[in-house]
Amino acid sequence: MAAVETNPPGRSRSDAWSAAKTAGADRTLMLLVPGALVVILLFIYPFLYGLLLSFAPKAGSVFANYRTFFTTPRLRDTIATTLWIAVPATLVNVGLALPIAYRMRRNSRWQRLLTALLVIPITLGTVLVAEGLLTYLGPQGWFNRTLIDLGLASAPVRLTHNYWGVVLSLVITGFPFAFLLVLSYITGIDPALAQAAATLGAGPAARFRHIYLPLLAPGLAIALCLSFVQAFSVFPSAVLLGAPAGPTRVISIAAYQAAFEDYDYAMASAIAMVMGAVQLVIVAAILALRGVFYRGPAAGGKG
Amino acid sequence: MKAIRRIGGALWDGGLWALTLLFLANIAGVILAVLVNSFATRWFGTWLPAGFTARWYAAAWDEFQLGYLVTVTMEVVFAVVGIAILLGVPAGYALARRDFPGKRAVMLLFLLPLLVPPITYGIPLATVLYQLRLGGTMTGVILANLVPTVPFVILVMTPFIEQIDPRLEAAARVLGAGTGRVFLHILVPLLAPGILAAGLLVLVRTIAMFELTFLTAGPDSQTLVVALYYSVFAAGVRAGQSVDAMAVTYMVTTLVWLIIALRFVNPTQLVTRVKEQPRMA
Repeated sequence: MAAVETNPPGRSRSDAWSAAKTAGADRTLMLLVPGALVVILLFIYPFLYGLLLSFAPKAGSVFANYRTFFTTPRLRDTIATTLWIAVPATLVNVGLALPIAYRMRRNSRWQRLLTALLVIPITLGTVLVAEGLLTYLGPQGWFNRTLIDLGLASAPVRLTHNYWGVVLSLVITGFPFAFLLVLSYITGIDPALAQAAATLGAGPAARFRHIYLPLLAPGLAIALCLSFVQAFSVFPSAVLLGAPAGPTRVISIAAYQAAFEDYDYAMASAIAMVMGAVQLVIVAAILALRGVFYRGPAAGGKG
Repeated sequence: MKAIRRIGGALWDGGLWALTLLFLANIAGVILAVLVNSFATRWFGTWLPAGFTARWYAAAWDEFQLGYLVTVTMEVVFAVVGIAILLGVPAGYALARRDFPGKRAVMLLFLLPLLVPPITYGIPLATVLYQLRLGGTMTGVILANLVPTVPFVILVMTPFIEQIDPRLEAAARVLGAGTGRVFLHILVPLLAPGILAAGLLVLVRTIAMFELTFLTAGPDSQTLVVALYYSVFAAGVRAGQSVDAMAVTYMVTTLVWLIIALRFVNPTQLVTRVKEQPRMA
């Protein structure tokens, strides 16, 4: 807006333009209304409704649902179970994505090919990946055959219907997601900054440590947050590839069962709220850690 | 010293390439396992099946009513794409062009549905839709899928709209065109590439959207991915090859649209939901 005011006199707004602009201003803002209504009616309202409903249990006092959740081991332990799956998966995904995306930061044919290939598992989604992994990782699958033929295992390794199946499915869909996200942040950093550092004698490691890493910190924090939140809300692969009755009974399974098997929507809402709260706590922790490691302008390198 | 550093660099590079290739090989393995199994006569204890046949596709077509599923999926997806574009493009325009008090709050309102995972808000949303008797209907499925897609269209469209010179619209207004005509005759033709990109991205994402559709769909409003979940869940009821024939149908439906989409958009656009705030000039 300010740029319009500071334009040279020859390009300044005519009176007709400014009149037209004021006349259209109110109607232009009206264009926001339908889109905003969708989010308010279908996202904000259900969330508030769910929050209120969680305090209106089928039986007992206002906090009965939350008390039940935190005193029933079968419900309470889902938080630890889910964290035990989601945290390692997130660390592996972002930990692998950072060096590989950094190596691929120059716009090359390889970068384009790799991004196009990695978009496939994201697009296919967790259900299809789970079905594929059931065959691929199964005792007769290609993965185990390869391990045995290479002499890395003497008998098939059990990788489905347990903890490992779920973690591996989260890596298959989560790594490409983290990679594309980190890559988009890295390519947003002006390579001239690293070139300047190189002219001043900085080696590759120093350039990464002192130029890229500080500029990437905000983007990495967001990549960690989004990857974690996605992993924490794992549902189809925990049911299909895991052991949903025991070791991979994640929190979303508990919420789903409360809603669609017990028809206790108040309890289901309470579990959904706990799920949201845990995600919020971890996201806040990641953002706070970023503040400890990195203080400086949050803007990227360009401009 | 320099030589050691060079060897270290080469090892590091080689390691990264090896990891990347290993990952790609595993993805290929997962997809090929589904594909090969869907054509297998019998496959047990060998690298490849005993023989190949296409009969599982005929079986799956009857057992799962694949034709009906594909029709429902396309109806849901095209309704979602159409409505999301109709609501999202004007809202994106207002956000790109106007500064107003509370703009940051509105931006946050549109960002939240993209940051909160669907299963978290899907359960309260499904509860509300079931109370309105919309749960289990196609309308309910379409409404639920609008929650992440309308904000997604807004985010994708904003940079496209910012590229258009506001003087073009001003000129049209001076010549007497109202907001509707400015949209139809000036903005829509100029925004066509952006609308196409946003539409294709929403389309691909909605075909694969499992959680929201799963929580709101009834028996007649299931999409392919939800039906696939149920048939994998009930493994053992049907032949594995028949389930995989359905998985391949889903895969082909998704990948055809993905390939079309990749002609017009950058792959990173499928995941980069958090755009930097457009810098105020």
